[in-house]
Amino acid sequence: MYTKEVMDHFMNPRNVGEMPDADGIGVEGNPVCGDVMKLFIKVKDDRIVDAKFQTFGCGAAIAVSSMITEMVKGKTLDEALEISKEKVAEALGGLPPQKMHCSNLGADALRKAIEDYKSKKRQN
Amino acid sequence: MECYFDHVATNPLREEVLEAMMPFLREEFGNPLSVYPLGIKAREAIENARAQVAGLINSKPSEIVFTSSGAEANNFALRGIALARQYEGKHVIVTRMEHHSILNPARFLEKLGFTVTYVNPDKYGFIDPDSIKKAITDETILISVIHASPEVGTIEPVKEIAQIAKERNITFHTDGVATVGNIPVDVKDLGVDLMSMAAHQFYGPKGAGALYIREGQRIIPLIFGGIQEGGRRAGTENVPAIVGMGKAAEITKEELHRKMEHVKKLRDRLVDGVMKIDNVHFTGHPENRLPGHASFCVEFIEGEGMLLMLSAKGIYAASGSACTSKALKASPVLLSMGIPSHVAHGSIVFSFGLENTMEQIEYTLEEFPQIIKRLRELSPYAKGWEGLEEGGTCIQKK
Repeated sequence: MYTKEVMDHFMNPRNVGEMPDADGIGVEGNPVCGDVMKLFIKVKDDRIVDAKFQTFGCGAAIAVSSMITEMVKGKTLDEALEISKEKVAEALGGLPPQKMHCSNLGADALRKAIEDYKSKKRQN
Repeated sequence: MECYFDHVATNPLREEVLEAMMPFLREEFGNPLSVYPLGIKAREAIENARAQVAGLINSKPSEIVFTSSGAEANNFALRGIALARQYEGKHVIVTRMEHHSILNPARFLEKLGFTVTYVNPDKYGFIDPDSIKKAITDETILISVIHASPEVGTIEPVKEIAQIAKERNITFHTDGVATVGNIPVDVKDLGVDLMSMAAHQFYGPKGAGALYIREGQRIIPLIFGGIQEGGRRAGTENVPAIVGMGKAAEITKEELHRKMEHVKKLRDRLVDGVMKIDNVHFTGHPENRLPGHASFCVEFIEGEGMLLMLSAKGIYAASGSACTSKALKASPVLLSMGIPSHVAHGSIVFSFGLENTMEQIEYTLEEFPQIIKRLRELSPYAKGWEGLEEGGTCIQKK
């Protein structure tokens, strides 16, 4: 049911864990529904230099989280905002249709993390 | 090591059963309705299988109607009795512990104008006979209660509920798919009017099920057509599958107590080991349950992740989490037992069979805690459910 890429990112997830000094944090989903993703980003000169995640959810949710942390590293904030759910799914070689929306939380969590970073920056 | 621990999903076909079936897939291809020897042989084989299945549940052979599956037997019972008795009343009682093949026909009956009451279990998944009694109205014509839950293993007080139904002239059906072949089932002792069963739950083939219908019980067929199965289930019989079901029933009857002892030992050892892990809850009734069934909810992680990681280690189990279901909802059975949905997502079920060994259990007890630890390292809730609501609502579940 899952592609090789999904299974690889699920079994060997990249960039796992908390980031105590994160510049932006985005949380998407709800444990009541079954999937929650927490995404941490480190930003330098409007560029994402590091990303980490913690995810409660199925194989797809974990693979999506791992993949998006890989995709955002090195991207400017504007470039990162271009990453859509579809692009994450594509990078994973596709997701089962029923997982396309519920478990594909990466792009939304990323958007929230970038918003969080920008609002913190404005406050400073 | 390969460990198949999903016997509630299905069982392998026994070698002796396959051997019994083979002639009917090859040279003995006759239609049981034909008058020449080929037909007579097929007909005799079906009647022999009917007697074997009847022997397993202590019914008369004439009280067994073969179906294509347990799901068909459940559909047949619910729709067949409701339609047969609709002029006496239009109220049906089922429980929240039922399989989809009871719940969905019940919803269909609601569309036809019946009223259905869905009785809730207690926290052990146990249906209190009194809660059934309270749900009965003057209009009640049918009660259906699952004999045991494949999700949490709890065995229901079917005998008591059958008695309550009988006293009030209400037809009583039980879904025996998870029990027939796994614990002793005697329809006369239980006092049920109808009972569903499936061959692949006791090492028979898929595509074979049966409905026990007590002698004298009126029922409207689900499939109309020819005179097969006494006119109660039309369609040329699946002779090889029926023969296989009969053979599987015969063998199961002989070895049932040995099998129960064997799987119970494995189950008890696994439960012992798994319950040593922090924040793991046992689900279902602790004693009054299927002997080869262990079910848990593991907090802070989700079931599908566990299944995939176990599978990578050769361990095959099941879950009632939202992510493992096409419906993407946590198991209604677990929710009806009062388990919160975020905990229900961490559900996992191990069910054992004859071919499982203690070595497999010890291997699982080495691997499973590491898998839980690994998934918890990924989880934002590893330290607890604090901040449960952050991130908003289930918008993506539309």
